[in-house]
Amino acid sequence: MKAERKEAMIKNWYKFSAGGVSVIGLAIVLLIILLAVFAPVIAPYPEDAGAVVKFAESSQAPSMEHIMGTDTMGRDVFSRLLISLRGSLLMGVLVLAIAVPVGFVVGVLAGYYKDTWVETVLMRIVDIFLSVPALVLALAIAAILEPNLRNSMIAITIMWWPWYARLSFGVASSLRTENYIVYAELTGAKLSHIIFKEFLPNTFDQILTKMTLDMGYVICMGATLSFVGLGEQPPMPALGNMINDGVKFLPEMWWLAIYPAVTIIVIVLGFNLLGDGVGNIFNVEGK
Amino acid sequence: MSLLKSILKRLASALVVLLGLTIIIFVLMRIVPGDPARLALGANVTEDVLEKYREANHLNESLPMQYVYWLTGALRGDFGMSAVTKRAVIQDITDFAPATIELVLWAGFPPILAALFLGVTSAQHKNKWQDYLCRFLGYIFVATPTFVFAVLFVLVFGYWLPVMPTIGGRLSPSFVIPDITGLYVLDALLGGQPAAAWDAFLHLLFPALALALGKTMQEARITRSSMLQNADKDYITMVTSQGVPQSVVNRKFLLKPSVIPTVTIIGMDIATMFGNAFLVERIFNWPGLSSYGMTAILNKDTNAVCAVVLIIGLAFTLTSIAVDIVAMILDPRMRQKRTR
Repeated sequence: MKAERKEAMIKNWYKFSAGGVSVIGLAIVLLIILLAVFAPVIAPYPEDAGAVVKFAESSQAPSMEHIMGTDTMGRDVFSRLLISLRGSLLMGVLVLAIAVPVGFVVGVLAGYYKDTWVETVLMRIVDIFLSVPALVLALAIAAILEPNLRNSMIAITIMWWPWYARLSFGVASSLRTENYIVYAELTGAKLSHIIFKEFLPNTFDQILTKMTLDMGYVICMGATLSFVGLGEQPPMPALGNMINDGVKFLPEMWWLAIYPAVTIIVIVLGFNLLGDGVGNIFNVEGK
Repeated sequence: MSLLKSILKRLASALVVLLGLTIIIFVLMRIVPGDPARLALGANVTEDVLEKYREANHLNESLPMQYVYWLTGALRGDFGMSAVTKRAVIQDITDFAPATIELVLWAGFPPILAALFLGVTSAQHKNKWQDYLCRFLGYIFVATPTFVFAVLFVLVFGYWLPVMPTIGGRLSPSFVIPDITGLYVLDALLGGQPAAAWDAFLHLLFPALALALGKTMQEARITRSSMLQNADKDYITMVTSQGVPQSVVNRKFLLKPSVIPTVTIIGMDIATMFGNAFLVERIFNWPGLSSYGMTAILNKDTNAVCAVVLIIGLAFTLTSIAVDIVAMILDPRMRQKRTR
């Protein structure tokens, strides 16, 4: 048993690393998670992630002391960047932790009851949410609520579950006539059994692949919201609001906007590459 | 199922979806904390004026009735007054929409050719430097949020290599062009002013690029992988073994089935651009519907937000229907199943 498992692991690693770049993705993602978790320890000036003013050190270009320079308040950009990773990752995890199960259940129910009113109602609701760019409605929702990190997560979650509903619907509607589902029905299995014991394992591959890719995109949308002031509020740092602050000081103080911008690109890139590798394990085409 | 019947079915379901969208927008805008009359008129008006405003805008009726009034108004193009510009929202929208349409048209259509070219080149030179370069740039560009592109472009092309008109807007103030279609490049050309057309194009170029780059590389990636998938199919092996030259095989047998997946996502991509334009327009000072919508959102200008979200939903839905129809024409199999 143990040998078998080991063999399966090796096989999966082989498929995962086949593209080559997925390993880089894994490394980036691990690095980001570690940096975020240990941010308060690694950050040279952890107190700078708040309302701190150090005029003596304000607006300095990158140097040995401040490797990414300081902002107009004299706060260390590198420290603020590290701390902001935590909010970003938290956003990715929480949004998906809610959006994925909701979307899955809605989609599977609609797929299982295909061609009945259940499908019509559920999938029309899904279509409605998909009929407008996610960013537009997320901006509107975030603006209605009090602007802060939690509410931007809520806004993004509201716009994210329909994608998982669509995905699960596609899988469930093609699987529902399979023998094992019919068998479960005939032996009197409960609906919850059919959903979680029959459909879930068969949708899992695709959901996991999409989740890995989406971590990056959720973080990206979170940064977009905070860029326009609808996420984490200053003085607390977030990737988006740091860029927004920095834009005002382009081109002279380029380090204020460029480092957070590059960080977002690296995060999304990392999850994209990782997602491709995960997709290779399961033979799932990424989006 | 015939082509016409599929299209009609698609239109009918779009209608239901749009109606649903109006309900969601309406409910959202009515749960805004605060008195809508107060929000519209400001803090220093008397209760009498407020009451009159409520009466005139049916704010004293029940919510469902308010919705009916709002919807019938919206169908006639009456979205109420904007609290920010103090003008009829529909007036603002007709003023600002052409700028966004022009931007999305430029960002949406010409880059498709680039995407197809890159995808095909990448596939034909699989695992050579052209392919690696395309894939590398693809990974980077797909991972870059649109607003980051916009910020980088302002820095690079606005300051370091000052080729971009820095003030923003759609046209340098020294030009006056006739108002025919509202699309400046076209209008300038129709008015026989090539210099103005070039100026308008320069204003357009960088916002459109910022909007398009990520999507273009993604489309290239999809074209590449579907080319490679189809190249392994039996019918390609057959025509190749019959002695058909490779260039003819590529052009006649391989390209058409391979662009279908690209065409189907182009619809989604163009539609998404209406959303991403919210930030791009803001950063480039592009006076379009999206920057108007962004201002409305940030100022809680409910009438304007409702209208903009609805119009963008409409544009989004129409675009994806149009693309579905193109896909159905290209691929008869699509006529059978729901494509969205």
